[in-house]
Amino acid sequence: MKRKLGILLLVMVMVVGTLAGCASSGSSEESETVIAGFLYVGPADDGGWSQVHDQGRAKMVEYFGGSVETIVKENVAEEKSEVISSIRDMVDQGATIIFGTSYGFMEGMAEAAEEFPDVKFEHCSGYMTADNMATYFGKIEEPRYLSGIVAGMTTRTNKIAYVAAMPIPEVIRGINAFALGVKSVNPNAQVMVSWTNTWYDPTAEKAAAEALIQQGCDVTAQHQDSTATMEAAKEAGIYSVGYDLSAAETMPEVYLTAPLWDFSGYYIDRVQAVIDGTWETGQYWGNMNDGIVYLDDMTSLVSGAAVSSVETAEAAIKSGSLVIFAGEIKDQTGTVRVQTGSAMTDEALLSMDWFVDNVVGTLE
Amino acid sequence: MFLYFLSAAVRAGTCLLFATLGEIISEKVGHTNLGVEGMMQMGAVIGFIAGFISGNPYVALLCAALAGMAGALIYALLTVTFKANQIVTGLTLSIFGTGFATFFGKNYIGKKIPDAITTFFAPFEFPGLSKIPWIGEVFFNQSGYVYFSYVLVIVVFIYLYKTKWGLHTRMIGENPAAADASGISVDRYKYFNIALSGALSGLGGAFLSLVYISILPVNVVGGRGWIAVALVIFAMWNPLLAMVGAYFFGALDIAGYWLQQYNLPVSIYLFDALPYLATVFVLLFTSMRKTANSKEPAWLGRNYFKEDR
Repeated sequence: MKRKLGILLLVMVMVVGTLAGCASSGSSEESETVIAGFLYVGPADDGGWSQVHDQGRAKMVEYFGGSVETIVKENVAEEKSEVISSIRDMVDQGATIIFGTSYGFMEGMAEAAEEFPDVKFEHCSGYMTADNMATYFGKIEEPRYLSGIVAGMTTRTNKIAYVAAMPIPEVIRGINAFALGVKSVNPNAQVMVSWTNTWYDPTAEKAAAEALIQQGCDVTAQHQDSTATMEAAKEAGIYSVGYDLSAAETMPEVYLTAPLWDFSGYYIDRVQAVIDGTWETGQYWGNMNDGIVYLDDMTSLVSGAAVSSVETAEAAIKSGSLVIFAGEIKDQTGTVRVQTGSAMTDEALLSMDWFVDNVVGTLE
Repeated sequence: MFLYFLSAAVRAGTCLLFATLGEIISEKVGHTNLGVEGMMQMGAVIGFIAGFISGNPYVALLCAALAGMAGALIYALLTVTFKANQIVTGLTLSIFGTGFATFFGKNYIGKKIPDAITTFFAPFEFPGLSKIPWIGEVFFNQSGYVYFSYVLVIVVFIYLYKTKWGLHTRMIGENPAAADASGISVDRYKYFNIALSGALSGLGGAFLSLVYISILPVNVVGGRGWIAVALVIFAMWNPLLAMVGAYFFGALDIAGYWLQQYNLPVSIYLFDALPYLATVFVLLFTSMRKTANSKEPAWLGRNYFKEDR
């Protein structure tokens, strides 16, 4: 019996081996095909961050028409071992460039980059680089500033709710840019921040939003990946600035606009570089001019005056005549953080740990 | 505004109340079921899917209860019929239920429940009672689902303490051999009560996905099932005290969001840890003062082997 099993196993191994041989010889005929791997922290259709990346991926695949294939791994935990094993799987399947789309993938990717020197690694929002590992991100604070203008001109109570994930520089920078946008059109309005300590937990987000709305806020904004904040706004009958994806169709009663991402351009450029053999490491930090970040079309709930203010500010940011983090900027305690006539450096922006003076909230 | 906070605390505590009531029934019949988290997850996802497809709130509630019950029946089969270890089986059920929810919920993540159901469960002023000062605003301006939970507290209390079946149930939890000898069908009671507790857990989970947020997220229950297990001890196995405990923990759950704007010299991370810290203190406190009424059922956690009688 055991021998029979052994023989059976041997035959199976041989059959599989032959098939695999066929497959590999098949693909070597079309050696043009590039395989790109994508790691997502959530499901590809999470209605937020991962979906934004997946849309970029889909556009990239469409652009290349059949010559690029992608492998997607969803729900990858932000743990080194899981990141590395997911990457090994992808490399086994022939991936030559791998995009990791969550900050917590950084260390796992850095280690995998050492293990696979011939594979290119692209990490979103991190800071670790190597000869074969680049980083990419966008200045979402630019459209956030614009959305602040919309919120500042929409509020009647002069209190704007901001439901935010984690007190890290990326989020703080977004809140400050938003608050400066508010201030540029409405010096009396305050931005009230509530932390949820999670990127994605609709229960926490909704509870936080409800608390702020009860304290008198009549416009909400968010740095969260679910639509729960907008849901709370809808129940309270007020207005909302979204994030990640447009809610113009799903939340027409409350949705004003949202700062959005479009990664397709970057994905196309980088995969093209792999095809051409011109890929180089680097740290990409794109802005509105590149199209990686933009403000969604403003809905009919936004006043005409706000639309024209946003258009003016957008043109000024794109031309460089308006710098968001230029002085004079005071923090919550009234201390001048940025002097008149100077602007914050990229380094200072990347480590921002204070709120501008029209933000109400704690960073402790 | 403070009253609104309290009414939000009631909403936040309602899912805990359902699950705690369920677990009390299960423990009264002698079964520690650590699968609450799993049964809540199953109820939340199946209730959501049923509501999403049918657009009918009653179908959603029924399916949520049946899903929780299905999880409980797996547990009952293993622990009552096959005498498996209750703790291990319960833990397995929690892991299973969470995986079940992820698997079946996958295509519905981020979807919104139909408006027909949202409207059905929208808060309304309870005629008469909502006019009571303070109490009216906190307790009687809520969703019908919340009113349903008030009724259940009373029903469970009457069932356990005022009916023959409740007496038999409690007897089995205290001394199954004596119950058996007096002609009570121990296994049948165990199956019935465990299934009932599963249905309540399922309804608790569905409150989250149908009413509390009305969008289906990944892992909607998020650990609340474990708090419910601890709440049973806090409530000293009493359905009325379960109400107090559930709202207290509901308040702790949301307190952080309300206090952040006051610039208190306290870390925001401490607020997040409050429910768990409170659980530890509650367990300490209740284990220090044990009275006849507040004790756990004598046979809790032990399986009953008829042959050992």
